[in-house]
Order: sequence, then C-alpha cells, then structure tokens
Amino acid sequence: MELKGLGIKEAKALLDSGDATSSDLVKAVAEEYRARNGEIGAYLTFDEEAALKLAAENPKAIPIAIKDLINVKGQPCTCGSKILEGYVSPYDATVVRNLKANGFIPCGRVNMDEFAMGSSTENSALGVTRNPYDLSRVPGGSSGGSAAAVGGDLCIAALGTDTGGSIRQPASFCNCVGVKPSYGRVSRFGVTAFASSLDQVGPMTKSVEDAAILLKALAGLDPMDGTTSDMPVPDYAKALEGASLKGVKIGIPKEYFDVAGLDAEVRRITEESVKACEAAGAELVEVSLPHTEYAMSVYYIIAPAEASANLARFDGVRYGHRSAHAKDVLSLYAKSRAEGFGPEVKRRIIIGTYVLSSGYYDAYYGRAQKVRALIKRDFDEAFAKCDALLTPCAPTPAFKLGEVLDPLTMYLNDLSTIPAALAGVAADSIPAGFTREGGLPVGVQFISGAFEEEKLLRICKAFENITNI
Amino acid sequence: MKIDARYVAELARLELSQKELEIFQPQLESIVKYVEKISEVDVEGVKPMTHAHSRVNAWREDEVKPSMDREAALANAPARLGDEFLLPKIVEGAES
Repeated sequence: MELKGLGIKEAKALLDSGDATSSDLVKAVAEEYRARNGEIGAYLTFDEEAALKLAAENPKAIPIAIKDLINVKGQPCTCGSKILEGYVSPYDATVVRNLKANGFIPCGRVNMDEFAMGSSTENSALGVTRNPYDLSRVPGGSSGGSAAAVGGDLCIAALGTDTGGSIRQPASFCNCVGVKPSYGRVSRFGVTAFASSLDQVGPMTKSVEDAAILLKALAGLDPMDGTTSDMPVPDYAKALEGASLKGVKIGIPKEYFDVAGLDAEVRRITEESVKACEAAGAELVEVSLPHTEYAMSVYYIIAPAEASANLARFDGVRYGHRSAHAKDVLSLYAKSRAEGFGPEVKRRIIIGTYVLSSGYYDAYYGRAQKVRALIKRDFDEAFAKCDALLTPCAPTPAFKLGEVLDPLTMYLNDLSTIPAALAGVAADSIPAGFTREGGLPVGVQFISGAFEEEKLLRICKAFENITNI
Repeated sequence: MKIDARYVAELARLELSQKELEIFQPQLESIVKYVEKISEVDVEGVKPMTHAHSRVNAWREDEVKPSMDREAALANAPARLGDEFLLPKIVEGAES
C-alpha cells in the first residue's frame, strides 16, 4: 500500500469499503518506516507489535504518528532528551484516549527538539531528522519528526505540539497542514509541559480536511486539564462543505511583511497567496497589530520562565536519569540535570530562572505579561475588522542542517508564529508554494480569533482548493 | 546587563562546567539584552495577562478517585527501596 497521497480521508475510505483494515494500514506505515526512516529519521522508535495489537482491537482505526512528548501507555516518551532515556509511560495522555475513542490509534514516536525547545529538531539528543524535500536541510521544529513523517509520507497523519510555532514552522518547511488550536481547545494532560500558558497539541496532516477530522477527535473539555474549554466542539469537517472565499474579509497585517530577514521567495509566495485570495472573491483589509515587534521579547521571557518551573520535575528522583556521581541530595539534582539536559534546555532554564528571580521579576516577567495583554488586544481589534489574518509563516524556507548556530538567530524563526500563541488564538500553516530554486515548500499562516477553528479551517479549505498543491 | 550565569544555574539546581559557562555567558547576555526591548512599551494601567482566556476556576466534586497503581508509579524510579523512592540522606544528622 502506497502512503503517498494517503491521508486520513483516503484511509477512512479504504476502511469503510473494506479494502483495508487497521492492521493493513499499520503494516503499510511500518514498511515505509523500515524502508525510509534510515535516511529521514522522522521516527525515534516504532513499536509495530504494539500498534498491531491496538489495530486488532479496533479494525477500523487509523494509525497516527505521535510526537515523543505525548504519553502512550507502555511506550517510551523521551521528549527528545537523554534525561528521559528508558522512561516508559505509565498512562495515556487525554489526546491519546481521545484518538482511540474516535477511530485512531497511536503508531510510532516521532522526533523533536529537546522538550520542544527549538526550530530545527537539531536540539534532539536522540537523533537527526532530515527534511524529506532536501535531505541536507532541517525539517523545522520543534515538531520536526511529525512534519517530516507527514511531508515525507512516512505516516498518514501526526500529532505535534505548538508553544511558539512548533507545529506551524515545521509544517511550512515540510509541506504539511499544521494547526495550532486556540488555547484551551485541546487537553494537555499527559503531554510534557514546556510553557503552560502557551502549549497546545494539534494535527499535522496532508490536507485541511484531514486536519479538521483529527482536530475534532482531539478537542474538548477534559477534567484533567483545568484550562480546557467547555465550549462545544463543532464538526469541523462538515463545516468545510462548500467552502469559499467569496466575501471573506482577509486581514493583511503590515507588521508581518515589514520583517527584516523575510526571505524574498517567502515574500513572493505569501504575496501571491494574498492575490489568489482576492481573485477568489475575498475582500482584503489592511490591519495593524502595533505590538507585534515586542512579541519575541515577551515570548522569550514567558516561555523560559514557565519552562524553568515545569522542568524542575526532572530531578532524578522519581523518573528519568539519575547521576551516579551524587554525594548528597542537592548534588543529585544538579548533576542529574547537568548530565541529562542538552544546551538549549539549560540556556532556557537559566533565562527563565533569571527573569523570575528576586529583584528582576517585575521588570521582566511582570512587564512581559502586561505587554502580552497589549498583543492580545491588537488581535481583538484586528478581528473586529476581518475574519482571519493572512501572513508569512516561517521567515525562510528550510535551512541547512548546522547552518544556524547562534541561539538568538534560531529564535527569529518564530517571529511570525509567536504572536498568535501569546494571544491564544487559532492559527495554522497551509502549503502555499515552492521556492523557484531548490523547490522547497513554503507555507502561509492563517490566524483567526480564539475558538473560531471552524471559520479558520473553512477559509483554509477554500485556499487549499485554489492553490492545488 | 551582566548576568551571573553560574549563580542563576545554582538557583535552578543545574551544575554547569567551566566550558559551558564560557559558551553560555555571552549567549545569555545577548538574549537578555534582546528581551529588554519590552522596557520601551508603555504599560501604565495595563492588567497582566496570565492566561490566554479567562476561565477562572475549574471545579470538580470533592470525591475520592482511584490514583495510579503504586507499581506503575514506581516502575520508572531510578532507585527504590520496597514501595518507596530511594534517595541519599536529606536531613542532616538523621539515620540514613
């Protein structure tokens, strides 16, 4: 069975017609894993036996690749870190339970930047993932394994997580649809926390319709995650029927196009996407989000601050790596963490601890929370004038492995995806074209108001129809 | 802004080697310098945003529910003694 072009919709058709069972789908994915994971490195581990067991229990289920920070009972959950090597999950995350209850099964664990900190998957301590469109390039990150598996047809669809752009930027690099749902739409119970006021789980798929089907399976109130919303979950796929851009107001925020370092091809493809929307009947509205330029700074205070608290749990006591060189309990913490964490995680823990420390809290974390409120207000005001925003997603196409070494330069990858994360609104990346030289995929970002995924996906479906990628 | 990376790492219970310190120090300073851009913004009268939406409290009934099985919870322990996590002595002067 060929995985190219085999998305959720196509797999569902095979299951419904009786032309394939869940086990056939798992075997097809396993075959692709064996044939091509060696060169792409999307998966860290692939437990075919466990997937086949689940498939036997549910012969109508579709296998989904899982980012390696989402707990699946009995499976590893390394978060791309040495500190969790050997860890075996004692329980299923709520999103995994939701998958199983809605016709999906977890199948394979995909690579990521350590603890979701990074934009290239190069921060994984456990393996290299390559861009399926050009093996000398990165797949993006932090959900780089998910993106490479979807874009490289090593799976049917995948789950990723997005804190500042970790679903959308790799989706752009690997020609996938990647949706960061509104904050509170999807449960994070059982998903290793990075920055709790930002983290969201979302679908990474081969089409907008697949994303809609998968999002419906994931979303909803969870008593185990107090931040989940009790708003009803609409039938997103049904909402796509008859999708059109006619009369849709697309906001074009000038701040996203005035970015230094915006690649000429990304600019061209984004501008052509804007024109294509207009030609399809959308009304373009110029909008301004004046605090956009502060989003990166706000993010690199808030996310490390929350990470420094969340990652305190990795102390070598109850699970994970424990140093063999500890003399007492304090050195057990400090050495286990020193040996277990990689450089980017250490940098962020230090930054986060610094901005929260006595004497600095008000100037950094306290002030960042206020500027965050202004960023959210910018979105509220923009959405009073339009249905959705259309912006560049990543500032460049996929870059070469080893090309970006300076941490701050790497952070700039998330320039256009961070603001929506801070505001908690829904945003995605949709394939929009390829660079003229090298044929690298480029996605554009659509952003809607919070809990407006139905409208967002409808607009994206109409956009997908006119781009024919 | 000069940041004492070794001291801050100590606060975070993170041991740094001399080599790491030399690499991190300038990187951390440039990151902190970058984020200080927010000092330009007028935030007079702005309420801090702690979460993306304002769900205030998520109550549940105060009922006892089963928790994780003890063996499952201990299965990933780096060291254990019977039904407990085993650690070096914490309290000074106590019997270990």
